[in-house]
Amino acid sequence: MTTKKRYERPVIKRLESNMPAKFGGRSNFEAVTHIENIAVGELISRFGSPLFVISEKRIRKLYKQARQAFETRYPRVQFAWSYKTNYLSAVCNVYHQEGSWAEVVSGFEYDKAISNGVEGSKIIFNGPDKTEEDLKKAITNQSLIHIDHLEELYMLQEIARSTRQRPKVAIRVNMDTGVYPMWDRFGFNYENGQAWDALNKIMYSGNMDLMGLHTHIGTFMLSPSAYAVAASKLAQLARMVQQKYDHEIKYIDMGGGFASRNTLKGAYLPGQDTNPHFDDFAEAISSALINSDYRPKTPPLLILETGRALIDDAAWLLGTVIANKRLSDGKRTTIVDFGVNVLFTSFWYDHRISPAQPFTAYTEDTVMYGPLCMNIDVIRENVSMPLLNKGDYVVVHSVGAYNMTQWMQFITLRPKVIMIDTEGNPHVIRQNEVLANLSSMEQIPPHLATFEL
Amino acid sequence: MKIKKNIAVSENGFIFNPSSGESFSANPSGLEILNLLRQGHDKESILNHMGENYQTDSQTLERDLTDFIETARQYHLFEHEDE
Ligand SMILES: Cc1ncc(COP(=O)(O)O)c(C=O)c1O
Repeated sequence: MTTKKRYERPVIKRLESNMPAKFGGRSNFEAVTHIENIAVGELISRFGSPLFVISEKRIRKLYKQARQAFETRYPRVQFAWSYKTNYLSAVCNVYHQEGSWAEVVSGFEYDKAISNGVEGSKIIFNGPDKTEEDLKKAITNQSLIHIDHLEELYMLQEIARSTRQRPKVAIRVNMDTGVYPMWDRFGFNYENGQAWDALNKIMYSGNMDLMGLHTHIGTFMLSPSAYAVAASKLAQLARMVQQKYDHEIKYIDMGGGFASRNTLKGAYLPGQDTNPHFDDFAEAISSALINSDYRPKTPPLLILETGRALIDDAAWLLGTVIANKRLSDGKRTTIVDFGVNVLFTSFWYDHRISPAQPFTAYTEDTVMYGPLCMNIDVIRENVSMPLLNKGDYVVVHSVGAYNMTQWMQFITLRPKVIMIDTEGNPHVIRQNEVLANLSSMEQIPPHLATFEL
Repeated sequence: MKIKKNIAVSENGFIFNPSSGESFSANPSGLEILNLLRQGHDKESILNHMGENYQTDSQTLERDLTDFIETARQYHLFEHEDE
């Protein structure tokens, strides 16, 4: 008896001779059958579906690429891992092992960095909502406090006076870098003189140490030249402080925001091919600093709070096809077992999605839906996919940034996250949620404890 | 349910309807079904044939075949009485 052939759904489609394919017929499909040499099917049968998979090897590789891009162009460079981008402790600790400090934006993230074992003096504390208690803790630990607004500056002065401790501070500066929309809601504005005013207030107070200058000009930035403008403006402020107070700024923190390999929604070309690399950003920033008129005895430390570009491409989301359907207008739809509650970034990106098993050259235009009973649950609005069967696996690429922090428990619970170590061994680094996790936070008033139907 | 006689189906799945000037393409399993339809097989017999040759279950086959025939019908590939 002959063995049966692999089944592929029969399809027929009309050839539209007058409509060239959007990308010149190029197909970027390749079955992704393995992640770091482990079969997708094996990962799913061991750990369930959907499943986030992170590669430790890839993280370290991306980090080394970024570090090298900057260190070959500027003498003193320090990365600080942006916790909000992915604060799973295993992930943070890979960056810390590589030498990264921590960058946090809330009291909770601050405590997480401390509990991961980061020294207080290597934590950068950003964000507009630091409580008095947060600030006291950060001052005692000699953390670097980046002031966002005048109320915070006054609160710090007050604490410094009453506790006789000297806070180590920087200010966050926002500015026009030629990129719109301009992020002007955080920090002090450069052009209208707010930033200079805040620096004078700090220097006059006499009870704080002005350590650095900080900016974060946006996220998923595609324009290295905007960083050059920002670096020049910070260097200019540093020079003004040096001239007026004979005080050296110890570091310039350029924030995060470098684009990953993802494709923004609506972009015409895939981000894989077009987005700038670390080298482009490093060249823009380093040249601007080196060519500036700020000439202290020691060049300021260049701090980078890169998040997305260091983790996005080191993680995948594996999932399973639940069903295929046709809409009333004949359009094909595929329902997968992960929704926008798990893959939050499908609101921003046209994620690249690959089948995890071999397929023929036939493709179909498909809408890819998640399993939530909600209209918003669209993973890809229009994607040309090979023919997927119920039970087939898919691999979503570049999902490491912001999903494992912005995901939510909504209709479905959050899945497991595993990390494959550099030897190829998978480790669960976050368990999937169960009903008991949710129930443990709820309380039922006695009169609502029982009912009869 | 019969494919129109003048419709040309090539070995590699290229389909041409000379009366409308439209062309179509089918994947290998789609091509196999088109050929069975041309030979006059009915749905039942196509299901049996596919079930014997492919790794899948009869429910999936039934659903996919219905969808396939429906699409081909919308493309006006069948003889009149079935349109
Ligand atoms: C202050 C600050 N630093 C760093 C980051 C990390 O940015 P990204 O992930 O775009 O590199 C952010 C993110 O918004 C931020 O607000």
